[in-house]
Amino acid sequence: MYRSETIAAISTAMTNSGIGIIRISGNEAIDIADEIFISVKKGKKIKNMASHTVHYGNIADNGKIIDEVLLIVMKAPNTYTREDVVEINCHGGVFVTKKILELVLKKGARCAEPGEFTRRAFLNGRIDLSQAEAVTDIINAKNTMALDASVSQLRGGISDIIKQQREKIIYHIAFIEAALDDPEHIEIEHYGDELIIIVEEILGTLESLLSTADNGKLISEGIKTVILGKPNAGKSSLLNRLLREERAIVTDVAGTTRDTLEETMSLSEINLNIIDTAGIRETDDIVEKIGVERAKKIAEEADLIIYVVDTSVPLDENDKEIIELISNKKSIVLLNKSDLECIVSVDEIRQLTDTEPIVISAKENIGIQNLEERIKEMFYEGIISFNEEVYITNIRHKQLLADAAESLKLVKNSIEQQLPEDFYSIDLMNAYELLGEIIGESVSDDLVNEIFSKFCMGK
Amino acid sequence: MSNVCEEYDVVVVGAGHAGCEAALAGARLGLKTIMFTVSVDSIALMPCNPNIGGSSKGHLVREIDALGGEMGKNIDKTFIQSKMLNISKGPAVHSLRAQADKQDYTREMRNVLENTENLVIRQAEVTEIIVENGIIGGVKTFSGAVYYAKAVVLCTGTYLKARCIYGDVSNPTGPNGLQAANHLTDSLKTHGIEMFRFKTGTPARVDKRSIDFSKMEEQFGDKKIVPFSFSTNPEDIQKEQVSCWLTYTNEETHKIIRENLDRSPLFSGMIEGTGPRYCPSIEDKVVKFADKNRHQVFIEPEGNYTNEMYLGGMSSSLPEDVQYAMYRTVPGLENVRIVRNAYAIEYDCINPMQLLPTLEFKKIKGLFSSGQFNGSSGYEEAAAQGLLAGINAAMYVKNQEQIVLDRSQAYIGVLVDDLVTKENHEPYRMMTSRAEYRLLLRQDNADLRLSEIGHKVGLVPDEVYNRVCKKQELIHQEIARLEKINIGACKQVQEFLENHNSTPLKTGTTLAELIRRPELSYESVVDFDIDRKPLAVDVIEQVNINIKYDGYIKRQLKQVEQYKKLENKKINPKLDYDDISGLRNEARQKLKLCKPLSIGQASRISGVTPADISVLLVYLEQFNYLQNKKKAETPEL
Repeated sequence: MYRSETIAAISTAMTNSGIGIIRISGNEAIDIADEIFISVKKGKKIKNMASHTVHYGNIADNGKIIDEVLLIVMKAPNTYTREDVVEINCHGGVFVTKKILELVLKKGARCAEPGEFTRRAFLNGRIDLSQAEAVTDIINAKNTMALDASVSQLRGGISDIIKQQREKIIYHIAFIEAALDDPEHIEIEHYGDELIIIVEEILGTLESLLSTADNGKLISEGIKTVILGKPNAGKSSLLNRLLREERAIVTDVAGTTRDTLEETMSLSEINLNIIDTAGIRETDDIVEKIGVERAKKIAEEADLIIYVVDTSVPLDENDKEIIELISNKKSIVLLNKSDLECIVSVDEIRQLTDTEPIVISAKENIGIQNLEERIKEMFYEGIISFNEEVYITNIRHKQLLADAAESLKLVKNSIEQQLPEDFYSIDLMNAYELLGEIIGESVSDDLVNEIFSKFCMGK
Repeated sequence: MSNVCEEYDVVVVGAGHAGCEAALAGARLGLKTIMFTVSVDSIALMPCNPNIGGSSKGHLVREIDALGGEMGKNIDKTFIQSKMLNISKGPAVHSLRAQADKQDYTREMRNVLENTENLVIRQAEVTEIIVENGIIGGVKTFSGAVYYAKAVVLCTGTYLKARCIYGDVSNPTGPNGLQAANHLTDSLKTHGIEMFRFKTGTPARVDKRSIDFSKMEEQFGDKKIVPFSFSTNPEDIQKEQVSCWLTYTNEETHKIIRENLDRSPLFSGMIEGTGPRYCPSIEDKVVKFADKNRHQVFIEPEGNYTNEMYLGGMSSSLPEDVQYAMYRTVPGLENVRIVRNAYAIEYDCINPMQLLPTLEFKKIKGLFSSGQFNGSSGYEEAAAQGLLAGINAAMYVKNQEQIVLDRSQAYIGVLVDDLVTKENHEPYRMMTSRAEYRLLLRQDNADLRLSEIGHKVGLVPDEVYNRVCKKQELIHQEIARLEKINIGACKQVQEFLENHNSTPLKTGTTLAELIRRPELSYESVVDFDIDRKPLAVDVIEQVNINIKYDGYIKRQLKQVEQYKKLENKKINPKLDYDDISGLRNEARQKLKLCKPLSIGQASRISGVTPADISVLLVYLEQFNYLQNKKKAETPEL
């Protein structure tokens, strides 16, 4: 499989900071940037610009302007990686930054591997060799994070869908290869007619996955938000209120195996990934204990906890446990049921949790707006942020899906042009490898094993 | 008592397809070479199928030929039927296969060997290797004779501690009842070489007169015979061919097999070796593919000299009476008489990860090995390795640089890289799907790919090499010329396109573009090519392929470029992997075992991840820097 040598990544944090920077490095960095950058000075091309200069202009996709940017061009060798480097400074905002990165990838760059900029800097002699160990550590750390992100964040259903597509693909490659290897045993005349239907099916599946990629259906890329509260505190009503109010996209991935209810909503451009633990608590007594443990675990991994207090009944053991849990986490405390008589006071909560609670009534739709304002505030102040690796992973997955779809189109094309069957398997294999990267599976001897297990070969 | 004691440059142990190529390479490169065999009458024996070539194996034979080996020439002299397989598929998977007259094949090869200068043939069983301080010194034979040598090539095939088995019969012999070699394994183990035990099998040979061919389909050879060797003139080998025959097993056959599975030595545990999945016995096929109600059986002649026929597709280790019963259920074989029983054979071979890509042992300098001894299977795979090992043994003795073929250069490169890099648990067979750059590694261009290497080594004569260079030049010139010829959308052209079911032109184009269309070719556009000069058929073939598949070829060339980058990042085999922090444990173990010579090879070891490769790259950079610094600081003496 051919892989581009020019890499790109977002090099600023994935918060709503003032600017977002997309960095491109490699032989094609300048050509790629030239394809998407329109200088305010008409017709001025980056390749003709002096090294280490800053330029003002727009990033555009097919004439459609995405953002106005400052572009810095740095030509090899006096750059961080010692390669040609282009940095695009955009207006920030997670959405725009991501859009620009995606465009750069579409034009031929490849998503940088974890720690790849640092690795290149090192290998090209930019970083002192005595720091090899530190570089190794960075690469390893980033790898672990990315691996976690790519495998654990991939929604269960998606992983299964991709596996199924890969199984279909490898079966058909194996069939073609078995026939080529043993032409007197296995007949593949007119096989293209059959294959093209299957390729179109797979292509359809990949394209529908792609079309949902931006809604967080591929990967839970939003801020991991957990709603906690004892049974009947009003967690589910809150969730429903939030979702309805925002007309947010409700995710419903078929085959999701997670046992918690997970919803995605967007507040302005902030994606929230809301995990409702309600379902866990409202189970039989025997399972109750397991449920609490599970909720705790989820809460520990959360970026933000929304703690719903039922003010109509006194605080109990459950509440104490939750308060303990949120003591070292980013959290928002809601005093729910303001429509009913209040037993738990604002002061009491303020003292116990050291935060300013928000009074709401999920039922009457009171105070929900304040909650949203609080979330936005926390995001813009950088108190909560996206998990960067997860975010990048999503972009990488999307690119891999798009590339796999592209390979399948080439297969279709070869079939339509009536090229011989051995050409089909070249691009099928590409698609297979690309999809494998999404679910973290390498190819190694898959094909040979498939051939021998599915087809009867030889003398 | 005094023993025979002689001195040679190269000792080759074994005279099968690997041994023959190795011995010829050594002797032809001017080195005093001796080849040992347990039986001089079994030189270049074909103890299994009576053919050479086939899918991907045909590629290997062409490559052997381009490098200056003998197999292609020998089969051109001795074939009785020839066929180009996959002719309706792309050029990358066309593969030549020829039925051999087995006796002619061994006789002709023996004739070549016996008349090669510097080459001595000796019938004796080699029982020991002599190693001193990690360097090979020679071999000892069963009689106690000592043969000192600078290099030794082991090509013992399936003979080491061989055992032939069917039913409850177990014979301690090599193939075909030949004497096994029962001592060498122990000597190899003493020197720290890790051994595997593999098995393979062969079907029965039957009497032609007992077959009713009227119930079978006749399989003919090609009308126009294409030679294996680039130096064989096609006109010289057009001849009357012998037919093969096709018939099928049926439910009755399968029933007999199923009912007698408990009498199979595999079932009883009598066979311990690992067998190949691609060459299953008929009982394996019936068990594994239970839904198939019939399997093909190819009836192939063993040669013109004999009535024996080979039952391709029905190898077995079932008892003799079951063999009779099942064979006689097959249409046309109702009254068949068995001449030789089918049997499974078990033998010792090595874990090939102990070898460098030059086929030299990592542990013992000057000791090389090839063929089934290395865990491969097939005559062609053996010959390819034998040639490489022979060349490198010679280079070693001459103190010249040894050759390594990589995955982008040859199927032989893929074969050897797979053997020495990937864990291999069954006899390894070549397949076109194993070659990731197969569009570049075609059987039609093996001469263009490899003659230069063969010439540089000294096996390919000047005249042959010059001819290949000239051919290359003509191909380039012709392609360049065709890309420059403009074709307008005139009436004559449009009519021509219409007649060939080809889309009419909207604007002008080049002749090369027209040839690129699947329905057109270099030959069909001749009317629009006024300046065309006559060219040889093989040149035209290359022009056609290169123009037609230009897009795919360019893509693979780009991939090769990337591949080469990693391949060219060399790793010192003495590297201490325990010294590298940050490697995962699994990767560390695998790397220590394989000791890859390049980052590319390291990346192909299963269990080594891209992250490990990153860590390795960073470490190497620092290591090389420190080494260079040390060198710079040490004043030259």
